[in-house]
Amino acid sequence: MATLTEVESVVIRFSGDSGDGMQLTGTQFSNTSAIMGNDIATFPDYPAEIRAPQGTVAGVSGFQLHFGSREIFTPGDEADMLVAFNPAALKVNLKDLKKGGTILLNLDAFTDKKIEKAGYESNPLEDGQLDGYQLIEVPVDSQTAEALKDIDLDTKSKKRCKNFYALGMTYFFYHREMETTLDWIEKKFSDKPELLKANQTAMKAGANFAETLETIVSTYKVSKAKIEPGVYRQINGNTSTAWGFIRAAQAANLPLFLGSYPITPASDILHELSKYKEFDVKTFQAEDEIAGICTAIGAGLTGSLAITTTSGPGMALKGEAIGLAISYETPLVIVNVQRGGPSTGLPTKTEQSDLYQALYGRNGDSPLIIVAASRPNDCFHMAYEASRLALEHMTPVILLSDGYVANGTEPWKIPDVDTLYASIKHKMLDPETVDKENWSWITRDPKTLVRDWAIPGMEGLEHRIGGLEKDFDTGNISYDPANHQKMCETRQKKVENAANNIPLQEIEGDESGDLLVISWGGTYGSVEMAVRALQKEGQKISLIHLRYIHPMPKNVGDLIKNFKKVIVPELNMGQMVHVINAKFACNATAYNKVEGLPFKISELKEAFSNALKEAQND
Amino acid sequence: MTKENNSHYTKKDFVSDQEVKWCPGCGDYAILSAIQSAMAQLGRKREDVVCVSGIGCSSRFPYYLNTYGYHTIHGRAAAIASGVKTANPDLSVWVMTGDGDSLSIGGNHFIHVLRRNMDMNIVLFNNQVYGLTKGQYSPTSVRGQVTKSTPYGSLDRPFSPAKLAFGASATFIARTTDTNAKQIEAIMLEAEEHRGTSFIEVYQNCVIFNDGCHSDYAEKKSRDDHSIILEQGKPMIFGGEVKKGLILDKLTLKVVELGDAYSEADCLIHDKTNEMLASLLVAMDANASMPKLYGVIFAVDDVIYNDQVTAQIAEVKAKKGDGDFNKLLHSGDTWEIKA
Repeated sequence: MATLTEVESVVIRFSGDSGDGMQLTGTQFSNTSAIMGNDIATFPDYPAEIRAPQGTVAGVSGFQLHFGSREIFTPGDEADMLVAFNPAALKVNLKDLKKGGTILLNLDAFTDKKIEKAGYESNPLEDGQLDGYQLIEVPVDSQTAEALKDIDLDTKSKKRCKNFYALGMTYFFYHREMETTLDWIEKKFSDKPELLKANQTAMKAGANFAETLETIVSTYKVSKAKIEPGVYRQINGNTSTAWGFIRAAQAANLPLFLGSYPITPASDILHELSKYKEFDVKTFQAEDEIAGICTAIGAGLTGSLAITTTSGPGMALKGEAIGLAISYETPLVIVNVQRGGPSTGLPTKTEQSDLYQALYGRNGDSPLIIVAASRPNDCFHMAYEASRLALEHMTPVILLSDGYVANGTEPWKIPDVDTLYASIKHKMLDPETVDKENWSWITRDPKTLVRDWAIPGMEGLEHRIGGLEKDFDTGNISYDPANHQKMCETRQKKVENAANNIPLQEIEGDESGDLLVISWGGTYGSVEMAVRALQKEGQKISLIHLRYIHPMPKNVGDLIKNFKKVIVPELNMGQMVHVINAKFACNATAYNKVEGLPFKISELKEAFSNALKEAQND
Repeated sequence: MTKENNSHYTKKDFVSDQEVKWCPGCGDYAILSAIQSAMAQLGRKREDVVCVSGIGCSSRFPYYLNTYGYHTIHGRAAAIASGVKTANPDLSVWVMTGDGDSLSIGGNHFIHVLRRNMDMNIVLFNNQVYGLTKGQYSPTSVRGQVTKSTPYGSLDRPFSPAKLAFGASATFIARTTDTNAKQIEAIMLEAEEHRGTSFIEVYQNCVIFNDGCHSDYAEKKSRDDHSIILEQGKPMIFGGEVKKGLILDKLTLKVVELGDAYSEADCLIHDKTNEMLASLLVAMDANASMPKLYGVIFAVDDVIYNDQVTAQIAEVKAKKGDGDFNKLLHSGDTWEIKA
């Protein structure tokens, strides 16, 4: 007799060919779970090729989701259940399944030919390699066809309903309510009644079939999570980024302009912003990365909140233009949704290896502000902050996101934007109030060193700006040695002054202890969960997670002083760790991984435990 | 487009306070002076004029023009100007560029701004050499040109800027020379009048690195025999002592002497709106024995990128109303967690 087990959290991974609809299936499961009151986190993992050869490991597309009755920060280390639509999906994902976990597999796809195509030398269902796992073998293709036999639809279209059949099964195993997904199907296929009926029928048939397995398979219940009251929605990082910019433009009362060239994994920001013309958003799909940033610079000079979005390879191409924006002292936000590098690298995989590029990747002494988003729903806040800092300090700002944050989806408590994101005070002049005789375009606020923003159309403020060095007083071209020194110092100081305009660094845990973890960007979820787990065990470990990278909050140095040891986990070969050591000489150690995947909580726990032991033995 | 009566402007209003630093004798001086004169007659307020340049001798231009001016980076003027114009379509945008700036390092932006038909004017100073980097060959240098980087002669085939622009779907193609200030002025005014991208090639002499490169068809003493000034609806005739004309022989343009065999009536009549004719005219550059063409070679109306951006926003707003951010935040599936 099967059991109903109450569990705190569950990780499911849906996996199949890239055309099997795995992203859709996973999204439906996570939406339903969020609406049912669970906290969730998701991670889509799809191949760079749009349709890699069917049935091969290269073509496997996965979607992992983690839902629970407690706070969920990551999509989970290992899956409790793997849904494998074909042998290749099984081959790729088995290593990420918990020992003793459940495999729901599509038996119809385990033909000799497909098993061989996946690269197996023998049939994994027969050679004993799945011993110890709980197998649910279901001929999904044929059972879907059988369930849809009375529907007037071609065989191919019917076959494509198999993902909903499997989804129906998982809904039964995890006691999910089907209404949300059935409603979604209803809306999606409202003009194709046969497809609507087929997909709904397949889903219900899957759930009904799962019920017949009840005697042999356990089902699980995950209660509602304790979540801060409020109205919630799901949001992924790229959408959240796009919306942050729309809000920032409103708060600054400026039009929004995006100049961009499509690149994975940043393109969705372009797609998203191109929808919102009713918000006066202009999106310009440029002929190349350079034109992407150059059109944005042009729009910024003309009085728009100007944005360009890209990923690492595109950043490399934008370098000279970023320098120009620094030299112009013009507002601009550059988003780098990082992916694995170098070169084309791993386009669809996550990494945070472009920190050095953001800090140093230009000719000359060319300082700018850098901020980084910590999780999908933080992208909204950091996009707003990047815009605010660009407009208030007349400088380019780099916002670092990454593939994991950009594509990850999580619930978001909808903020009260009318109080929290209401006003950005940019530097645009009112020409009526300017003493035009004594004004030059380079007139600065003596305290912040921020220059005035005068734009074409303002009578009497016509001026010329170039990338050549400028005289500190007049803004005219100057090759004077002492002036160049002064201008370099001014640009540097101006950016450093932004430290007075960002929040102090928060620390999670005690303000002193054995080990301080310093992380940044998209690793927040796993780092936070690992630190918290060790804190629960009584370890003297605390976390500072940096979102303001350059300049850093003014108290970071003071926070570091009260710990015996500092460790910096990063998804690169060690970049922030060197920045921290150069700035604070704290002899921080590094924990690095560059596998194109996020950190697992377990590996961080282990790394931090080892560092704690060293700190305690010192 | 806001047009103001600006009869109070004179050329002086467009002269900036910066000392002009081109080499003595440079063709750029004549172009600057003619464009400053044209600016005073544009019918645009000075503060609504934006001049954008890349890198190179010609790209110093914005510093000397008393309007809003942006000296940018090599090759990118057209891209930055595209951002300026898209963000604020009410501005009169001028790109000042050279053969190196627009045709090699900035080639991509050059063709795409023309393809989009962004409403702006692009003035390309063609001196067939790199001046600011001190004398290497450029993408318009003639094959065999001896320069610092080609001591045995260049091997590259040159671009014809007009033909390239035509291939990139330009809607306005004109040509003039630094030896004819009056013509520069007139063409600039016609370019500003044209809606869409106006491309103007200006033959410009580099006294230091490529002196005399255009003299046959640009210098007063020889140009009548080596160039045709195109006028809409007029026959294509030219020549000093001996009058010559351009005729169409099957599908080939030919120069003939006017007299017993041919008369003015046999010559081609210029029609700047005729695309087939334009395709033949821009191809003439490839043949060194053919006369050079001055004036407006091609001018047609077509959809303009920045107009469409404005129209699309208006259309969406008419349908959806102004954006409501709180409505956006609450769109799709939401759920409430109660205290």
